[in-house]
This record gives sequence, C-alpha cells and structure tokens, in this order.
Amino acid sequence: MTPLTYIRASDRADALARAGSDGRFLGGGTNLVDLLRQNVERASALVDISSLDGAIRESESGGLFIDASVKNTALAAHPLVRSRYPVLARALLAGASAQIRNMATVGGNILQRTRCMYFYDVDGARCNKRQPGAGCDALYGFNRYHAILGASDQCVATHPSDMCVALAMLDAVIHLSGAAGERQVPLTDFHVLPGDTPQIETVLKSGDLITAVELPPPSDATVNSEYRKVRDRSSYAFALISVAGGLALADGQVAQARIALGGVAAKPWRARRAEQALVGRAPTPDAFLAAIREDLIDARPLSGNSFKIGLVERTMVAVLTALAGTNA
Amino acid sequence: MTKLQNAIVGGVRAVIGHVPASWLPGGTPDPLIDKRVALGGQQTRIDGPDKVRGAARFAAEVPMKNLLYASFVHSAIARGRIADLDVSAAEAAPGVALVMTHHNAPKMAVPPPIGMTNLKAAGNHTLPIMQDAKIRWNGQVVAVVLAETREQADHAATLIRVGYEAVQARTQFEEGKASAYTPDSMLVEKNRLDKGNAGQKLAEAAFKIDAVYTTPWENHNPIEPHASTIVWQDGKLIVHDATQMIHGTAGSLAKIFGLKVGDVQVSSPYVGGGFGAKGLWDHQILGVAAAKLADRPVRVALSRASMHRLIGGRTQTEQRVALAADADGTLKALLHHGYGVKPLHSICDEGFSLTGRSLYACESFDIVQHYVDLDLLANSFMRGPGETPGTFAIECAMDELAHAIGMDPIELRRRNVATRDPVSGAPHSQSAMMEAYDLGAARFGWHRRMAQPGMRREGEWLIGMGCASGTFPFMRMPGTSVRVTIDNSGDVHVASAAHEMGMGTATVQRQHAADRLGLPLDRVTVTIGDSSLPFASFAGGSSQTASLAAAISAASGKLVAELLRLAGNDTPLAGLKPAEVEFADGGLRGVEDPARNESFASILRRSGRAELSVVGESGAPLEIIKYSMHSTSANFCELRVSEVTGEIRVNRLVGAFDCGRILNARTATSQFKGGMIMGLGMALTEETLLDERSGRIMSTSLADYHVPVHLDVPDIDILWTDIPDPRTPLGARGIGEIGTTGVAAAIANAVFNATGKRVRDLPLTLDKLL
Ligand SMILES: Cc1cc2nc3c(=O)[nH]c(=O)nc-3n(C[C@H](O)[C@H](O)[C@H](O)COP(=O)(O)OP(=O)(O)OC[C@H]3O[C@@H](n4cnc5c(N)ncnc54)[C@H](O)[C@@H]3O)c2cc1C
Repeated sequence: MTPLTYIRASDRADALARAGSDGRFLGGGTNLVDLLRQNVERASALVDISSLDGAIRESESGGLFIDASVKNTALAAHPLVRSRYPVLARALLAGASAQIRNMATVGGNILQRTRCMYFYDVDGARCNKRQPGAGCDALYGFNRYHAILGASDQCVATHPSDMCVALAMLDAVIHLSGAAGERQVPLTDFHVLPGDTPQIETVLKSGDLITAVELPPPSDATVNSEYRKVRDRSSYAFALISVAGGLALADGQVAQARIALGGVAAKPWRARRAEQALVGRAPTPDAFLAAIREDLIDARPLSGNSFKIGLVERTMVAVLTALAGTNA
Repeated sequence: MTKLQNAIVGGVRAVIGHVPASWLPGGTPDPLIDKRVALGGQQTRIDGPDKVRGAARFAAEVPMKNLLYASFVHSAIARGRIADLDVSAAEAAPGVALVMTHHNAPKMAVPPPIGMTNLKAAGNHTLPIMQDAKIRWNGQVVAVVLAETREQADHAATLIRVGYEAVQARTQFEEGKASAYTPDSMLVEKNRLDKGNAGQKLAEAAFKIDAVYTTPWENHNPIEPHASTIVWQDGKLIVHDATQMIHGTAGSLAKIFGLKVGDVQVSSPYVGGGFGAKGLWDHQILGVAAAKLADRPVRVALSRASMHRLIGGRTQTEQRVALAADADGTLKALLHHGYGVKPLHSICDEGFSLTGRSLYACESFDIVQHYVDLDLLANSFMRGPGETPGTFAIECAMDELAHAIGMDPIELRRRNVATRDPVSGAPHSQSAMMEAYDLGAARFGWHRRMAQPGMRREGEWLIGMGCASGTFPFMRMPGTSVRVTIDNSGDVHVASAAHEMGMGTATVQRQHAADRLGLPLDRVTVTIGDSSLPFASFAGGSSQTASLAAAISAASGKLVAELLRLAGNDTPLAGLKPAEVEFADGGLRGVEDPARNESFASILRRSGRAELSVVGESGAPLEIIKYSMHSTSANFCELRVSEVTGEIRVNRLVGAFDCGRILNARTATSQFKGGMIMGLGMALTEETLLDERSGRIMSTSLADYHVPVHLDVPDIDILWTDIPDPRTPLGARGIGEIGTTGVAAAIANAVFNATGKRVRDLPLTLDKLL
C-alpha cells in the first residue's frame, strides 16, 4: 500500500469535487482497502462516501430508490425489498459474511472487482486486467471460478457479486453523477465484457459517482422470485455459479420469465434467449432446460470449469421448477 | 532416519525384547488410574478468563520500546538466482531503518534439523537462509525491511526491485514421480514392508479392490498467524514467539547464531493454534538476524500470504491401496504404495503408509512409500501426520471391500481388528477399537443405514451414512522435565517449558499434580511457556500430556524421599519408608496407618525451609518398543448430497475414541471436536492451490483457502471408552491428533452410501459429484 490521504466527504458535491484525478471513492472499503494493501490498485487519496445519505424509498413510479451508500445488511432487511423483490434480499444474504455486509455499500458492491487469484498476485502472476498486455495466467491455470460466457483470450475473470445478479434480473437502473452531469445506465449495460481491454470493466468514467440504484415497480415475476447460489462451502464463499429467477404464469403457461446468471461472466448474465423462449410455454423442467441451453450454446468452458455448464442447467431448472410450483 | 539410525532402533528393539514388562516404566499401572479426584472432571481452562478478557498476551502483542516492524519480500520464481537487487528506494522510504538482503545479512548456520536424536533442534529444512543469491522455492524471502511502523515497512517492501535469473524448476508432481526416491525409513519404522507374499494372495483372493486415492496439499491456518517479538540484550537473545517448540527453537537459534544455549530465551505462554505449523521457520531466524543488524528490537508478524509462502503444510499424496479378502471378510493381503512430496531439504515425514500396519490383522503386507523431490517449500507436520491421509486411503478401501463382499463395513472391521501388532506381533498395551465402534454405532443409529447406496432421499437431497476407523500412535517424549516446588504454606507449584496452544495443558497438569500430591486444585499452580523453565520437548505427536505426566510422576517420587528426609525423626512419619507412605491432605501419610501423617507446611516449617523443589523427568519411552501402543477411533457421518448441484452438507458426526483414560472431559471434547472439524475441512473444502507451472501458491488468503465455516460444521457427538492403558502415566494416551484421522474417509464413505459415487480424490467438491 502506498501512502495516501483520507478525506471524509460532507455531501455529494463535495465528494465529486474532491475526488480529483487519482482519488478514489471509499464505500465500506471491504474490497478497495484489500486491493490497495496488495498493491493491485493505487490511489493518492480516498474520499470516504460511506456516511453520505443512505436512504431507501419508494419512487414515484412505484419502484424502489436506493442510495448508493446504503449498507448491504440494511438493504437485505428492508421490508419492501423482502416482500416485493425477495430475490434481491436472498442474493445479498448469500454474499460474504454478516460482518462484511454490515460494512459493504450498494455502490461498492456493484464496483467490486474480480476474485481471480492471478489478478491479486501482483508479484507472482501475469494479468491483463492489472497490467494490459502482460498476459493471462488464469487461462490455463486455476480457473474453476472463471467465466464460461463472454470471455476473451485476454481475460476470463468473472464478476463476483451476488447482489448484481439479482439487480440484473430486476432490470435495475444505476444513477450516476459526474463531470458530464447526471445519467442513468441499466445495470445490464453497466459492466462490460473484457474483449481486448479487460482493464475496462464498466461504463463508468473517471470521477463518476454512483448515486443510487433504482428498481422498477414490482411485477409477478419479481415477487415470485428466487436466488440460488452454488458454492464450495455453505457460507462465506463466492459463487461458482448462481441463478436469479423470476416467473409469472397465466393459464398454465409462462407469462414472463426473468433469469440472470452469476459466476459465469465478467458481468451478471441476463439469459434473454431463455426468457423469450419460455413465454407461452408450459412451465416444465424440459422446457426450462431447452430454454437455458439456448443461452449456453455460446458457453466456452476453460480447463477447470466445464462442470459449470451442467451446473447452470440443473440449478436453473430447479429454481424455475420451484417457482412454477409456488405460482401454480 | 538414516540406515544407521534404523540399525540402532532395531538393536534397541532386540535388547528390549528380552526385558520383562515389569521393568519398563509403567510396569505397575499408575495408581492414579483409579484414584481420581480432580482428574476426569470438567475443569474449565485456567487460561480461559484471560483469553476472554483479552488479557492473555500473544507474541505479536508483547510491549517493547524502540520496536521496529518487519516486512518480507518473497521471491517470485521457484529456482535460479537473484541477478540484481535495488533497495535504494526502499531505504529512502519514510520510517525505514534497515533493508536486509543476502548482501548484508549476518552469517548464519543452517538450521539444525528436527528429529528424535536432538530435542533441542527444530529446523524444518536445512537450507542456508539469506546467505547467497540462490532461489530455492517460490516464496523464499529475498529481503527484509525494518521500519518504525508496520505500514511503512510494508510500503517500503513494495519499492524493492528484484531481477531474477530463473532456471527450469521442478514443480510438477506427475513429472517428479518418475524420479521419486524411496527413503529407508519412515519415522522409526523401515519404509518397506514385504511380508507373506501379498502379490500372490492378491491374485488369488475371492474379493479384492485396488484403487488410487489422492489428497491435496493442505495448510494449517491457525487463527493466530506466526509472530515473534525479538530483542537482543547484552549479547543475549530473547524471543517472544508463537511456538509449539520452545526449547527446540531456543536451541536452534543458538546454533544458527553461534550462541550458548543459555543465552537464548524463548517465551511463548500462549499460542493461538499451531496444529504442527508453529515451529521454527525462516521468519524467526530472519527477524533475529535483522534485529542484530539494526541493533533494535524487531517484531515479525506474518501476513496470511507470507504464512503460506514460508510455513510448510502437509504434502499432497497419491496412494494406491489394494485389499484382498476371503468371502467371510478375512483380510488376506494389504498393499499400500504411494507418493508424497518431500524436497531433499525438507525434514518432516508424512508417513501415510504406516496406517495399514497397525489397524488390521492381515496375512500379508506389501507397503512402501516414495517421495517426489521438487523445488518447493519444505513440509511441516500437520495434525495427525501420516495417519490423516493414510486413514483416508485405507478406510475408504475397507468400505469399498465391504461393499464388494456385501458385508456391513463395521462387521468387516470386527473380523479383522488387530489383537496384537500385525507386523511385529508385540502385544497391545490396550486396544479396544470395536468397543469404540459399538459405542459410536449405538449413539449414531448405524442400524438405520441402508446397505444399498442411493436409497434414502429428502426432496433433491440424497442421504447417506458412513463410518471409518481412525488411529494414531502413542508417544511419550524423553527429556521432558518438570520442577515441582512445595512452599512453606504447603502449596504446590509446577513449572515446565511446556506449550499452551489452547488445548488445556496447564489445566490438566494442575488436575494431575493436585491428585498426585493429594491437594485440592486451588493449592496448585502451573507455569509453562518459557525456556527458562525446565526442558520440555515439543507439543507434537500428541505426546505432551503423557510426557509431562511422566515427569510429574517422577518428581513426586523424588518429593516423597526428600520430604521424609526433611521430616527427620521428630515426626509421626518417622521410620516409614517411601513405599510405605502416600500423598494425602496436603502432606504425607502412612499407607497402613493413616494416623501417621504430617503436612507439607509442617515438615517445611520444622526443617526451616522456605520451599522444597525437585525436578522430575520423563524417561526413555521404552514401553513403545515392548508394546504396540496406538489409539483408535470410530468415526460416523450422516450427510446429504444435492442431486441438483452436487453440494454436500454434513448432518451429523459422531466420534468414539479409545485413547486410554480421559483426564478432563471438557478439554478432551474440544480436542476431539477440533480434530474432527479439521478432518471435515480436509474432506470437503481444504486445498492449497499450487500453480505447478510456476511453483507459486495461489491460495494465500482465507478467502481462497477454504476452512470450514460454522455452517459447515454439524452437531458432533464425542464419546470415549475410557479404558485405562496400564502402560501409560495416568492410563491416558494422547488425544490431540487422532480426532483428525478417519473423518475424511467416513465422509467419503457416506457420500458413496448416499449417491453410489465413489470419489477418491479430496476435497469432495461438488464438481466431482455432478
Ligand atoms: C472475504 C470476502 C468474501 C466476500 N464474499 C462475497 C460474496 O460471497 N458475494 C458477494 O457478492 N460479495 C462478496 N464479497 C465482496 C463484498 O460484497 C464487497 O467487498 C463489497 O460489496 C464492496 O462494498 P464496499 O462498500 O466495501 O466497497 P469498497 O471496497 O469501499 O469499494 C469498492 C469499489 O467501489 C468504488 N465505489 C464505492 N462506492 C462508490 C460509489 N458510490 N460511486 C463510485 N464508486 C464507488 C470504490 O472506489 C472501489 O473501487 C466478499 C468480500 C470479502 C472480503
């Protein structure tokens, strides 16, 4: 870790003004501080935004408006989240540990970086994300946790967040504030695939602040929703894969399906082909399986993660089958 | 061991073979086996309140003026040399007092290797440390930075530029097997055992199984990372260390730095977990060297990452086990061959091939293990070394054999359980594994198990039950000494350089001393954890309790003689011989005539003594040569496996132990449980990730090296036979390590029972079950 200055922002404008070119926003610090200590990242200044307003309120349209500094624990416990967007509460509670969730903020969770071990090993491993052009040791190394979709030969890392998988499924929108003013980006467009520039992970511009996350009004398929995370131990481990699913039925047929996958790509993966394929179909395990395979046609497993394709299929079918049962 | 040592052990064995049992220590069973007051109770740990209040001071917390903090730079290649080294930026960084590299490090001898021949040696490897430009493993320390704060040291360390000349390193297990070497000895046994023509019996047998089992590299990960606070004072060296080898560390540091043993003090009153890892490694040695160079006290507190790069773990193993049996289950042949990694500079053995030599009677054996020499960090001992991976292979194989024959797995063990040493024929001192099975099976509800796999389910979960034996040899270390002092108020003080890693060492020996000397608990104090106290060997091999107990017992004999001498003639005890008195009520009394008695306080007062002090020593452990001495256990597991995801969730564990008498039910239960949880981790999650391309360990944090979390750990029932071993002090055998053995096999066997899938390579991650 290099020496740096610490600034506590008094409000949003103060935060934006103080960030400067090399400054970084500090949420709960549960990821950024580790990265700084391991010299994966460097910063001259930390602008602490964790004590800025952290409110959760209903939006005019009937959705939910969540300030970026809301803690993961508070979001998961909120009654409106639990009743209208249970998938989000489940996803949050499946992540990290209670202590980390007490610190972690919504903004920080969205911007947390991959857990690829080669990304973290500054002294001993090559990583294109850390040092463009250096090479990727994960490609033929330990890549059990890595991507099967949307990766490139430059980078096969995954985005590790659980919360974001639920947000992707819910069509959440991210509110940003920066030099160019305010803008809004759907969460599914926020993270970008690695291509030849794996160091670029989001559409965020330097100095941009995430101010809030907005959830659209609830619908049958967000209320009847579930998050299932598959991991190497029963708690406190990142997802090997995860499935956020939501299902609305009408007349014994799928009216709407919402499916997002975690642990498979550099971004939460919205399974849009499956969602479309299912509309109007009977909600059977066979139909679910056939549908998810349409998204997984593009899967390119690595040396250590080919099990993920079958695992996604089975988990997705189990999640949707259960949802079909509760909706029947 | 060398050929020569083998020959010596063999020679001693031959001589002792003619000695009648009663000549051996413990020939007359220890009277405290039956006469218990405090022993066998539930005393809470003496160190508990201080630990809960945060008052217990660990090595990294010892206050020290003028302290410098150390940070390490680790090599990023596995083999080669340092070509250039630029430390100028680091030296100029804020707060930096010193950068030490091979250019300026003081001369140091190589560490004296740990072993049975020199109990004051604790080296885990025999490599020169920072004496040349050579790189011998990926992670070796190439520079030490000392600064006024830890943060400054860590920062400066990142400014050091190291250029390497790498040469082709040997870091691949599979490749290394081709040139594996075969040691003559495995601990004190001959490595190769070929008895009764196993090959032919295998070929002819009615039933046989022949399979390969693998276990990965594992690391200990105690909650307290390794740490030392080091100060040189007037040419003497004081090290506040986190160690389970106090005297071994002191003796080794004396050798390495050319000091008299008496000029090195190692203090380690509390250790936050060791499991075999808290020995002498490079960090203490480099810290001592840097403190000498800087002429200031130094604190070394390893980060998790540094721990993984500098402190060895348990080697990966690949074990082939073949078993042959009659239709009635009688074992005809046991073949156990395998490989582990042990670089030539590494000292600690992982003797997995010893397991099959003691558990079951068998007509023939074909056993040998080989080591692969790689450019890797040396191994250390890890809880239950040898038997932990060994029981995984042997006990899965037994389950496979039972299934092949169509016999209940417990029944198969009952048919074959050893009634004497299967190899040497020596009698057991005490052994009751099947009693442990019976206890455990009743508590567990083994009768509910369905022999046919895959028959029980709840929703998507397949339920299975499994069992497996565990075992660990008895060990008592020679040389361990205890000073017992009686003061003139008649209170007793016990002191020894023994170790407290949370097991309850002082707590149990206090119970022991109270019972031995006929006092209530509150009149006994126990002081341990410092090399200025009488010599104690390491806290390892599950030997510490027996060694200390033997030493206290020896001291008590000396005390009787001394007390009678001091008491003189003007006492009701006058005329009684040592054998005619016993300790009772804080004094001595006649065995025949209890009315003839005098208290310690009175004897001391009359003789004008402020205190009486004797030192007792645990003598040579000749009993282990005369007797076959092993603890055993029966492990039971019920678990469920998701048919959707392959995830395993353990519902229940039961461990039933035959370890002689249990001295403290509370501390014993936590030892057994802790051991079983470590076995659970080995079964389900733990694996050190070595990138074989670079020799680099990638799993250097607790986020990447998965120990079990609370939610992984089910209810664990602990039971014990409590049958005394007449050949040990207090009738007890060690209990620290056996808990880890057999657990992984019980879990793997339960997975088979649940799913019909036999997974032979650990850990049992879900992808292996899809
Ligand atoms: C051991 C461990 C286990 C974990 N397990 C899981 C898990 O299972 N599942 C899971 O999902 N997560 C897991 N996490 C990750 C955890 O969820 C993240 O660390 C956390 O959400 C990050 O939030 P934070 O507020 O602490 O972010 P910080 O560390 O403070 O910041 C992270 C990044 O976001 C930026 N940032 C923060 N807020 C803003 C903002 N408002 N605008 C712009 N930029 C901002 C920071 O500059 C930084 O780059 C784990 C973490 C650890 C350490």
